[in-house]
Order: sequence, then C-alpha cells, then structure tokens
Amino acid sequence: MFGYMGKILRVNLTTNEVTTEDLDFELAKKYIGGRGLGTKLYMDEVDPQVDPFAAENKIVFINGPLSGTATPTGGRYMVVTKSPLTGCIASSNSGGEWGAYLKYAGYDAIIVEGKASLPVYLSIDEDKVEILPALDLWGKMVSETSDMLKEKQPGSKVLTIGPAGEKLSQMAAIMNEKDRAAGRSGVGAVMGSKNLKAITVKGNLKPEIARPEGLKAVTKECRTLLKENGVTGGGLPTYGTAVLVNIINEHGVYPTNNFQGGQDPNAEAVSGETMTEKYLIKRNPCHHCPIGCGRWVKSEHSPDGIGGPEYETLWVFAGDLGIDDMDIVIDANYWCNEMGIDTISAGATLAAAMELYQRGYITDEMLDDEVILKFGNADSVIHWLKKMGNREGFGDLLARGSYRLADFFGVPEYSMSVKKQDLPAYDPRGIQGMGLQYATSNRGGCHVRGYLISPEILGLPEKLDRFELAGKPTWAKIFQDLTAVIDSTGLCLFTSFALGAQQYADMLNEVLGTDWTADDVLLAGERIWNLEKLFNLEAGISSEEDTLPPRFLEEEMPDGPTKGWVHKLDELLPLYYKERGWDEDGIPTEERLEKLGLL
Amino acid sequence: MAIKIKLFANFREGRGKIVEMEYTPGMTGQDVIDSLGITAPEIAALIVDGVDGKVDAMLTVPIKEDGYMAIFPPVAGG
Ligand code: SF4
Repeated sequence: MFGYMGKILRVNLTTNEVTTEDLDFELAKKYIGGRGLGTKLYMDEVDPQVDPFAAENKIVFINGPLSGTATPTGGRYMVVTKSPLTGCIASSNSGGEWGAYLKYAGYDAIIVEGKASLPVYLSIDEDKVEILPALDLWGKMVSETSDMLKEKQPGSKVLTIGPAGEKLSQMAAIMNEKDRAAGRSGVGAVMGSKNLKAITVKGNLKPEIARPEGLKAVTKECRTLLKENGVTGGGLPTYGTAVLVNIINEHGVYPTNNFQGGQDPNAEAVSGETMTEKYLIKRNPCHHCPIGCGRWVKSEHSPDGIGGPEYETLWVFAGDLGIDDMDIVIDANYWCNEMGIDTISAGATLAAAMELYQRGYITDEMLDDEVILKFGNADSVIHWLKKMGNREGFGDLLARGSYRLADFFGVPEYSMSVKKQDLPAYDPRGIQGMGLQYATSNRGGCHVRGYLISPEILGLPEKLDRFELAGKPTWAKIFQDLTAVIDSTGLCLFTSFALGAQQYADMLNEVLGTDWTADDVLLAGERIWNLEKLFNLEAGISSEEDTLPPRFLEEEMPDGPTKGWVHKLDELLPLYYKERGWDEDGIPTEERLEKLGLL
Repeated sequence: MAIKIKLFANFREGRGKIVEMEYTPGMTGQDVIDSLGITAPEIAALIVDGVDGKVDAMLTVPIKEDGYMAIFPPVAGG
C-alpha cells in the first residue's frame, strides 16, 4: 500500500482496549484521507443524532496520504467528530508537526471511542501504545501540559486540550506544538468529554512511495511554484496572514464592533506591516513548509518570544471589539492558546456580549460590577477571556459561544454566526460569493471551506466583481470542492494560492500510484462535500440553516466602500443548489449521489 | 489640490506608507504608478476613490481632485 501506512489505531477509553485495523486502500483512495476519509470512517460508525458529549460519540484524528512525505506543507492532520458547537460534522485542521509524526508512528488515523473514568492520555510510540493516567495534567494549561509530557515521553510531539476542553466549552480547541490549533467547532470539548487530556506520538516509520522519482520531480515543481508566487513566496513569508488587515479594511469589509461597521480607521495598528516592523522575531513554520506564514513575536510572557496571532485573531480582538492594540491581541492569542480556546469564537463571543451590553441586555449587575464588557474597553478582553476559559461567573455563559449567549437573552440575531459557529473576519455584505459560502458551509460560519476572498478581494487567480452575483455559485462550488481535496491530502490550504487541482492530482498520483486528473480529484472533493451534507441532514441540520444573520440580509452597511449593501442570499442560494445538483430544498438528489458513488 | 496614495506591504519599501501627489486634471492610476516606479503586473489589487476592480481597468479611471488610491501587491492569508 503506497502513501498510507495501512493501519488505523482504535482506542476504547471505556474498556481500555487498544487495537489496530488494516486500512481499506480502495476506500481510502475514494475519500483521499484527512477530512474526506475521516468523515467516512466516522459516519460509518456513529449515529448522526449522537450527543457530541456521549460516550457513544467518537473522535477521529487523521492525517492524509501526503502527510509525512516530501511534499510541501505535509504535516497537517484533521480532527473529525460531531461538533458540540454546531451539531454539524466537525472537521478541524491543524498544522505544526503532529500530523506528520502520527504517520511516522505508523498510523493513518486514530479512532477514539468510549469515555475514560478518570483523566488519561494516550502515548503512541510505533507499536507501543498505552493509555496512561493524566490526573497530574488535568487542569493544567497547554504549555505546561506539553512540557510535562515531553519529559514523560521524550522525543514525542504533543497534542493536548487546555482547561476549556476539560470544562466542555463549545469553543474549545485541540492544540499541538503548544501554539497550533485544530481550533474550530469545539473539538477540544469532545476530547474533554472523554477525559482524554492529550495524545503523544513518535516514531521513525515512513510511508512507501509508489513513484519516488516522479514525486521528487513534482515536489520540485510545486516548491518552485510556491517560491515564485507573489503570495506564497512573498506576502505570506514576509508579513504572515496579518497582511490581510489593511487590504480587507480598505475594501470596507473589515467588521467592526460585532459587524456593526465595515471599516476601522485605526486598523494599521494591528496590521501585518506593523507586526513585522515592531513585533516579529522570526517566522514559525509548520512541518516541511516553505511558506512559513506562522509568526514568532515579542511578548512579556517569554523573553524568547511566543507564537503570534493570525489575521482572524488580530481582527477579532481588535476591530471587532473596537480596540486597536497589538499588545492586547498578542496577549489574547497567548491566553487562548494556553486555555485551548478557538480565538475566532472567543473574540466573537466577547463582541456579541459587548453589543448585548450596548443594547441593554447585559447589565453591570450581571457582570457582578466587574470589568464592563463594552466596545473599546481594553481592560475587559483578558479579564473575560480568562473567565471564559475557566467558566467562572458570567464567563460560564460566554464559554458557550456567541449564539448560545445571545439566545439566552432571547436575541440570537446579535450572534454573528452561521449554524451557531461564529463568522470570521470578512463582512459578507461586500463579498457576495463569500457570503454564499458562509451560508452553505457544512461546518457553519467559516472562511476555510471555500476562500472566495481570493478572487473577490485579493485578485487571485483573477479579480471578480465582489458585488456581482452572476457566476458566484459556480465559484463557490469549485472552491468548496477543491478545499475538500486539499484538506484531505494532508497539505496546507495556503498552498492553493500557488497550486491548482492539477498539482494536487500530480502529487497524489506519484505517492499513491494513481492516474487521477484534475477533474478526478475535484470529483472526490464534491463527494466529500456531499458526504458532509448528508451527515448534517441526518443530524437534523436542515438547509433552512443555510442562511446568514439577519443583519447582513436586512441592514445596509453603514460606512466605507461597501456602504449601502446587503447580502443577496435569497437570489444566490437557489442557483447554488442547482449548481450542486441538489433539489430546491437543498437536498442532494439521488442522481447526483449516484454519480458521486455515495449510494 | 493633492491626492493621497496609500501603499501597503512591500510597496512601502523606500516609498513610505502614504505618498501625496499634486493633482492634475484627468490623472489616472497609471500616471500614479508610473511616477512611483510600480508596474501593473506587480499590483494585485487597486482601489480608486473607494472603488475596486480589475487592475488594468482601474488604472485607467480618472482620480478625483481630492481623491485617493490604495495599491496592494499580492497578499493573502486567512
Ligand atoms: S503556510 Fe503557514 S499554516 Fe500553512 S503549513 Fe506553512 S506555516 Fe503552517
């Protein structure tokens, strides 16, 4: 078997049993790996109606066929489970090293089932797999846990949850290498619900490559394309994802004060240019990554510096809260990483709380007269973030995410979320295709299910009129399908700024010994997208939830270059369903499912 | 009257964040980038007086008397 290690590790935390199973090569190829194969393995075993926190729920950690190979950025892994935040399928991706090391340990995937009676961690050293007590780790922050486990298991890569995951916060992340996060959809809370604190991996095994010489050539070609591309060889390595702050802001789609506005006059203070000039120590790349968008920045938390914030984090703890202070964002990012919380949902929940305070739903009394959650109040950020992570006082309500918070006050419309997952840093009123992609994303509000910002704002691969509706459903489908492919290979989505479907097919072919065309891999992407949709439908998430918060549909953007616009979802959605070959209720037709091999 | 040119990322190198330029009637983005030593293929996104579009087309749009331009090299993230 080429590309894959051919082994799945099954860990039952209720019975303390560890077994290995052979990977079905044909099934693996059909769903590629990562997000696709993880979803298939998960769906074959779990009732979509399952309570995410029940012992019957499972959680799959899975790399891709390109993970751990010489291909650029091949270090990623995916976590697949049912999301406690959205109730949808969750597949949360992370970089760093852990995904590649899972492969070096000899496994394509780990399926964790059941629930431990006391906190445990899983130690994997090739064939030696142990479920070990973690009472001493429980309650510890992410970096302390990681340091302790590195002492216990020298040479291992550590994946862990923080206090937020232990306390079942719906926005809890899974962290690896301390500052890399499978951040979205609350996957950390599913680990917490199983009393599983961490997983360490190490090993020296390597996957067999079908055509090593061919892989060398295509890897070289892809590395050259990445190096010569203005984004992956220039903008991202130099400025990190933070370089987006200014360009998104200048287009008037940089949400301010919980999406009440679209332009921030002081955004420069948290821009990539400012970070590079004043805070950057060095780049902080993931495994085998020639791009190196990760940042290592100055901070009072360590004289050597710490992992720096990404664009989404900069926006959510700055513009979205009416504060423009790089030190606060770096600090907020640090605390999110330490407590194991998704930065987007954490910041967005604070933003929703601030709007609820602005409108009189949250009162000083409810906050116990502590620091007031008010737009522009810099003192409130770290104060409430810590309470959110530890679920203390009003922080317990915040830990549930913006939708549950706003719904508690009877006004869910003040949660800027789709399917209960908080939206990222782009106002859909000025980016019609992106808004459609938000509404139809299988894991709820998300930018990395189809990054239409590329053509609509950034001019990549070509510039589209961001207000135009024509053609956007087609673009949305192609981007969603291609993203599903990349997420399944084990590579980083950012490679797609320079590479296209053909290059992904070429890399897969040399590794797996297949002869796929670009169309073949896109069809696999469409298969994965439809599979996820089927899960959601069976879980009770109907297409009625393919929508946007009313603010975007009814309230015109009040300021900036997007002034006067609303999102025209009602016009786009039927066209999108048609593009996907679904019926008018947004349900995949038998004909389409048959074509995709899903019947 | 002066127009304001906002520069971003590596376009700032040797030029600064904002360049003010004397307005001349009918001046376009092409005139601006010529005087800044930037070529069209280096530009990924361009905004003229709050309006964005394909770079080649935007370079031909006349700038307002008290207008502005924002010029970006290829940048991305997410
Ligand atoms: S581009 Fe950035 S996120 Fe992607 S693998 Fe490289 S360093 Fe990690």
